[in-house]
Amino acid sequence: MSIVENFDLYAPRLIDKGEYFSMGHTGCAGCGEALATRLVLKGLGKDTIVSNATGCLEIISSRYPTTAWEIPWIHVAFENAAAVAAGVESGLKALRRKGRIPDRDVKSVSMAGDGGTADIGLQALSGAMERGHDMIHVCYDNEAYMNTGIQRSSQTPFGAWSTTSPPGEVSFGQRTWKKNIPEIMVAHNVAYVATANPSYPLDLIRKVEKARKLKGPSYIHCLSVCPTGWRMDSSLTIKVGRLALETGIFPLYEVENGKYRITVDMPEPLRPVEDYLKLQGRFRHLRPDKIEEIQARVNLEIKKLMNKVNYIQSWEELG
Amino acid sequence: MAKRKRIGMEVALAAAEAVGMCNVDVAAVYPITPQSHIAEHLSELVADGKTDTEYVTVESEHTSMSVCIGASATGARAYTATCSQGLMLMHELLPIASAMRCPIVMSVANRPVNAPLNILSDHSDIMPQRDSGWIVIFSENGQEVVDLTLMAYRIAEDKDIMLPVIIGIDGFILTHMVEPMEFPDQKEIDKFLPPYKPYATLHPDKPLTMGAFAMPDFFPQMMKAKDMALLNSKKTIVKVWDEWERKFGRRYRPVETYRTEGAETILVTMGSMSETAELGVDELRDKGVSVGLVKIRLWRPFPSDELKVAVKDARVLAVMDRAVSPGTGGGPVFTDIKAVFYGEDSRPIIVNYVMGLGGVDVTVGDFVKMGEKAAKAKKEEYEFYGVMG
Repeated sequence: MSIVENFDLYAPRLIDKGEYFSMGHTGCAGCGEALATRLVLKGLGKDTIVSNATGCLEIISSRYPTTAWEIPWIHVAFENAAAVAAGVESGLKALRRKGRIPDRDVKSVSMAGDGGTADIGLQALSGAMERGHDMIHVCYDNEAYMNTGIQRSSQTPFGAWSTTSPPGEVSFGQRTWKKNIPEIMVAHNVAYVATANPSYPLDLIRKVEKARKLKGPSYIHCLSVCPTGWRMDSSLTIKVGRLALETGIFPLYEVENGKYRITVDMPEPLRPVEDYLKLQGRFRHLRPDKIEEIQARVNLEIKKLMNKVNYIQSWEELG
Repeated sequence: MAKRKRIGMEVALAAAEAVGMCNVDVAAVYPITPQSHIAEHLSELVADGKTDTEYVTVESEHTSMSVCIGASATGARAYTATCSQGLMLMHELLPIASAMRCPIVMSVANRPVNAPLNILSDHSDIMPQRDSGWIVIFSENGQEVVDLTLMAYRIAEDKDIMLPVIIGIDGFILTHMVEPMEFPDQKEIDKFLPPYKPYATLHPDKPLTMGAFAMPDFFPQMMKAKDMALLNSKKTIVKVWDEWERKFGRRYRPVETYRTEGAETILVTMGSMSETAELGVDELRDKGVSVGLVKIRLWRPFPSDELKVAVKDARVLAVMDRAVSPGTGGGPVFTDIKAVFYGEDSRPIIVNYVMGLGGVDVTVGDFVKMGEKAAKAKKEEYEFYGVMG
């Protein structure tokens, strides 16, 4: 039985019944990010303070005087979520030491989209991870600047349409491949880095719980299917998320103390990338040669990842 | 009042010493010349356990202000220091800190803004922050830096204010000068400045949403609230300064005067040049020129009423600007002061000398020359003093 088939049987016992991200937010129908946030918060629990970057998540959840957040939450600007979370962590640390707040472990967590993480927010994130704050950064990667109207980011996939990477007479859409942020985080010697996907809720929650328990910085890169920006049916969010895994486009893995591990098995052989691409309008313009190019690159990326999984030893093993 | 020993110290180090006495919970400072001695000395105080502060060695000024906002939101007392390009980089966050009512204190070692790059002194960095909603106070010498820094959190954290405060310390001219100063005892400061008691904090025991976005139904009210808080802060600032005077004997006013009695012409200065200007005024008075000096200490909120009183009998005001407001036809202090007199029945002639840009020394002789020129003014003037071309 796969983990998903098991879900109905075990879920009630495995998942925090508390809801920390409430209904009534203004996310689009089928929003993968809202779903992921709800699950991430279940993994984090109530002793959490979220610092949120400007972006979809912030906008759908915090229109004054309403809020979808049942836990303490702060938004300051776009590029500095990790820096604000570092400030929250430092403030809590000082106040706890001085006995001005209860002596309890409260986790500082920054949340940002792919723009607030990989592009405009990369410096603040790198600084926070390098300094070793006791915090988690969660990136909800919906593969473009969705909040401003679906402009390309460094996470927009090769060949995808966006409003600033439109296909045309002399263009096939996005010309670059995804910048590998989890790998950049691994290079910061962060003790825990993982990819996640709300189509695999138990895997996602387990990873968040793992990061929550660690002292020090950790990073979770969460795929967030965006029906609006990906030009797809909003009923297909979960299915497209699963196809991202089954085609090998977005593998689920974790890197713990330097050791890579696949956490959700991919089918062998992998399903063709076309199964994933054809459900999304953002890839509709692609000619077969480009789809072949994507297939070849995905095959290579999976080999690169498996190479790490199979051969890289953990810090303990090396030490 | 106890007689205290005066000690000689570089002003930047004294600023850090004063911060170290304020029981700051979180400091996030990115070094930049000429602020860097503050960053260094504060880290020494932390390393030696002389102050119990989380010192976050940030990777940029944008992050230093972000860390301060995050820390302040948890109820921590937060500090940073910067100037010039660093202040410009954190500019985005200054109106956020004030709107979110974070009582952060920041020392600004006033330095020009590129281009061309120049690390010396003028007020070009603070002027783009005028509308950020921060309280901005200028210092004139090392003792003032110590006193104003020690008073800053009392002002910022006052329940009627809850706004961040900038202390302007002219780069090099002040930061790198060794001056005699006296420090209150730690016990006296602990009594004067109790630990920060915030209104609201980020904590799971009482979950709050901070920094929500607002549409036109609430946005204007929030802007009005911030402006009213800043305008109303003046009386509390003066109250804190009065208490300081009673305890420590040194007096601070939003607008301070020097030999203005009967003066036909009044020079208006801000920051470190004021002491030099005093000597210029002495020389002019000796020569029989009827000149006095008005020093703007409180730059925001702007002390309009105090200024009117201070210069009420003057025929000419000569405003010395250490920054340019390009395209305005006058320096920033000049245009603000002109606005003060628009509604008055009788107005002085206001002339404007932009000087001391990029660290150019402004000497006693320069003030004498400007004073003499201003005394003869028949109409408004705008001049780059001593600049050819």
